[in-house]
Amino acid sequence: MTAPNLYEQPQIYLILAALLFAAGLYGLLWRRTLIGMLIAGELIFSAAMLNFMTFNRFLAPDPAVGQIFVLFIMGLAAAEVAVALSIIIAVYRNYRSIKSKEVSRLNG
Amino acid sequence: MNAFPASHVIVSGLFAVFAALTVAGALIAALSVRIIRSVCGLALCSVGLAGLYYFLHSPFLALMEILVYVGAVCVTIVFAIMLAEPEESPRDEGRPTTLWWGGGALLISAAIGGSLSWLGLQPGWSAPATRATDGSVRAIGVALLSTYSLAFELISLLLLVAILGALVIARSGRTRT
Repeated sequence: MTAPNLYEQPQIYLILAALLFAAGLYGLLWRRTLIGMLIAGELIFSAAMLNFMTFNRFLAPDPAVGQIFVLFIMGLAAAEVAVALSIIIAVYRNYRSIKSKEVSRLNG
Repeated sequence: MNAFPASHVIVSGLFAVFAALTVAGALIAALSVRIIRSVCGLALCSVGLAGLYYFLHSPFLALMEILVYVGAVCVTIVFAIMLAEPEESPRDEGRPTTLWWGGGALLISAAIGGSLSWLGLQPGWSAPATRATDGSVRAIGVALLSTYSLAFELISLLLLVAILGALVIARSGRTRT
């Protein structure tokens, strides 16, 4: 009981956020469909939110500001998902495919 | 929290469960071949993140994470998967460009994740001496409607524009059959 609790240290949350970011970046580079890349982008958003919440909990002088910022990130992520999915559906209607390699009419 | 003798063990176990859910969900979302499994991984990751937010003294954001990510984002992506057919054809392994691309992606993400973890492990994070507010839901509400009211209005406008834009984009090109 003398050791401080693991969940009261900022380092464990920072490492988790770095893992989330690495997984999201790998998915963003490796996926070949647009929906897969969108999901990887959501992972990167989650990593940023976890980082904000960690600094908000442990280091910020006003713990309400970080929570409001994370709430705004969530709203932006929801709007981004709505617009991106409608674009993906429009792309599928035109190309009959959502693979990022085949959507290349603007490629030149 | 000291009233119950095993509470320390239970709380630590819960934290380990939520951290493992987050990591496992992120790995499933990034690595699985089928898109529907990757959406389920994103949902798992969001549940784990909600638990982590609870441990970070923010039950309000834990609720919002469940509500927005599991309830809205994942369900919307599932609908999009049903409308489009996102099956990835098996990648022709063994070709040198595929190997180079995969190795490069792994290297870049591992390097950035490792360096971010190293930065997080540096000593010198010091807690502030005093806290201005207690970070409760009441403090969030007061700050949202006083200091951040302009941003609050702007984000509601942005959500309205996003809804209208999504409707217009998804509707154009639809032929009446």
